[in-house]
Amino acid sequence: MDPALFPADVAWRRVSPRLITVRRALALVVLVPVALAGCAGLAFASVPAAVALAVVFAALTGWLWWWIGRTCRSWGYAERVDDLLVRHGLLVQRLSVVPYGRMQFIDVTAGPIDRRLAIATVHLHTAAAASDARVPGLPSGEAARLRDRLAALGEARAAGL
Amino acid sequence: MTTEHPKITEPAAQPLYRLHPLTPVLRGFKYFGAIVAVVSVREVGQLGVQRTLEFLPVVVVAGFVLAYLSWRFTWYRIEGRELHVESGVLFRRSRRVPLERVQAVDIVRPLIGRALGLAELRLEVVGQGATEAPLAYLGDEQAQRLRDRLLALAAGVDEHAPAPEETVLARVPTRDLIVSVLLLGQVVVGLPVLVAVTVGLLIVNVQAFFATLPALAPVAFGIFRTTVQRVLVEYGFTLATSADGLRLRHGLLETRLQTVPPGRVQALRLVQPILWRRRDWARLEIDVAGYGGDEGEQLATRALLPVAPRAICEHLVDLVLGGVDLTRLPRRPVPPRAAWCDPLQWRQLGLALTPHVLVVSRGRLRRVLDIVPLAKVQSVRVVQGPLQRWQRLASVHIDTAGRHLSTEAAHRDRDEVRGLVEELSDLARAERVRRRPVPGT
Repeated sequence: MDPALFPADVAWRRVSPRLITVRRALALVVLVPVALAGCAGLAFASVPAAVALAVVFAALTGWLWWWIGRTCRSWGYAERVDDLLVRHGLLVQRLSVVPYGRMQFIDVTAGPIDRRLAIATVHLHTAAAASDARVPGLPSGEAARLRDRLAALGEARAAGL
Repeated sequence: MTTEHPKITEPAAQPLYRLHPLTPVLRGFKYFGAIVAVVSVREVGQLGVQRTLEFLPVVVVAGFVLAYLSWRFTWYRIEGRELHVESGVLFRRSRRVPLERVQAVDIVRPLIGRALGLAELRLEVVGQGATEAPLAYLGDEQAQRLRDRLLALAAGVDEHAPAPEETVLARVPTRDLIVSVLLLGQVVVGLPVLVAVTVGLLIVNVQAFFATLPALAPVAFGIFRTTVQRVLVEYGFTLATSADGLRLRHGLLETRLQTVPPGRVQALRLVQPILWRRRDWARLEIDVAGYGGDEGEQLATRALLPVAPRAICEHLVDLVLGGVDLTRLPRRPVPPRAAWCDPLQWRQLGLALTPHVLVVSRGRLRRVLDIVPLAKVQSVRVVQGPLQRWQRLASVHIDTAGRHLSTEAAHRDRDEVRGLVEELSDLARAERVRRRPVPGT
C-alpha cells in the first residue's frame, strides 16, 4: 500500500470482512473438486505423484487464502462532499474519483453466497464506459444506504453530458 | 405524407410522416446483398448453378416484400421537443427521442441511395452503441429540412426559422489527403515489408506462403483500412460552422454530412506522424458521445480535419473549445525517472492544465496531443503498477463519454498526482456549474 498515492485527509471506509469469506469460498468451490479429481486420478498410476500434486494444490490454496485476504482488505471507499472515492488493488493500485453529478445509474448486485452472508456490490455508472466505481462486499444495509445516498446526491448535482 | 395512424399510438396532435416511398427498393437491395454475402460460393457449388438461379427470384421477391412491409409499418412525427418513431411489423416498437439529448445529427447517403435521391437521417443519442434513431430513408430535401428542424428544436429556437448560414472553415484537397495517407508509417514501412515477405515466401516455398496467409491477411487488411478506406471516407472533406454547430461533409462513395451542435465535443486529438512534420501537417480527431456502433461508423466519424497545416488545426481547437491556445500552454514534464517505465518516449510525456481544458502530450514518432474540455470529464482514475510504485510514479486516466479517444497522463510524479486529482476535480466541478443546463431544458 502506497499511502502517498491517495488523498490524505479522507476518512476511508473498509468493506465487510465477509467479502473475504465469500471469495475464499468461491476459490475452494473451484479448487477442491479439481484437486480431488486430479489426485484420485493420479493415485491409480503413482501414489507419490498424487501426494506431490496434493501438496502443490495445498500450497496453492494456502497462497490464495492469504492473497484473497490481502486484496479484499485493500478495498476502501469514501464519500466526500462532491465525489465518491474508491480505491483497491495491491500489485496494481487504483483510485477512482467519480463526481456525484456524473451518475447515470446505480446497480446493486449480490450473488447466492453474497446473499447468504448479507453483502452486496454497489456499482456507480457514468456516461463514460471506462469509469470504474464499484464497491464490493458492503453489508446489505450499508449497500442500500450508499445506493440511496448516491442517487439523491446524483440527482441534486446532476450535470448534462 | 399523412396517413391513418397505427393502432398502438394515442391520437396524435401532430401529423405522422412516412419514410420515402422508394425506401423498400433500397432496403430490398440491401437484404439481397446480405443474402448473397451469406450464401457462399461453396453452397452454390453444392446446389448447382441451375437450382441457385431458380431460387434467386424467390429470394429477391421475399427481400422486397419484407422491405415493403417494414416501410408500410414505419412512421415518425415530432411532438413537442421529442421525435417519435413507430416501427416493426410483428413486434411494434414505439421510440421517443428527447431532442435536447441529441449529440449529433448525420445525413448519410449510400451509393445506391444517391442514385435514387435518398438519404438516411441518423440521430446520435448516448446509448448502447448503435445509432439509436435512424430514419432510413428520406428524400434528400426532406432529410435536410427535418435535420434543420430537429436541430432548431434541440437548441430551443424557432423550429420554422430558415436554416442558419454556414461558413466554410477548411477544405482538404484530394492531393493532400492522398499524400498524407501515403506518408503514414503503415504505408511507408508496413507495405514494403508486407510485399517483401509475400514475394520472399512465394519464391522460397509456395506452401509456406499459404500456411502464413491467415497471419498476413489481417495485416494487409489493416493497412487497407487505414489507407484506402480512410481516403474513401474522408474524401472531399469540408469543415464548416453555423449557428447550429459544426458541419462536416465528406465521403466518396457513401457521403456523410455530420452536424455536431455546440458543446457536444467530448475530446479532441491532434496527431502528427513523423513524416508529416516536414510539411508541418497535422490531423485533428473528434470524439462525440453517441457515435460508435460498428467499425465502419467509427472510422467515418473520427476526423474533424483529416490533414491540414498544424497552425490551422491549432486554430480550430481554439475555435471549437473556445479559448485554448495550444502554442502557449504551461507544460509540465514528467520526472526523468519515468524513463524506467517508458524509456522511448518519456521526454514527450507532458501535461498542461488550464481552467478550461486538460492537454496531454505523448508519442515520439507519432506525436499526439489529447485535449479534454474539463466540463466533459466524467471521472478521474489513478493507476499505479509495481514498476511505477518503485519509482514513485503513477498514471492518471481521464474518462469522458466519448468512445474514440482515451486520455492518459502517464508516469507522473506520485506527489504531483495527489494534488493533480484534487485540482482536476475542483476545476471540472467549476466548469460543470458554469455550464449547467437551465432546468427544464
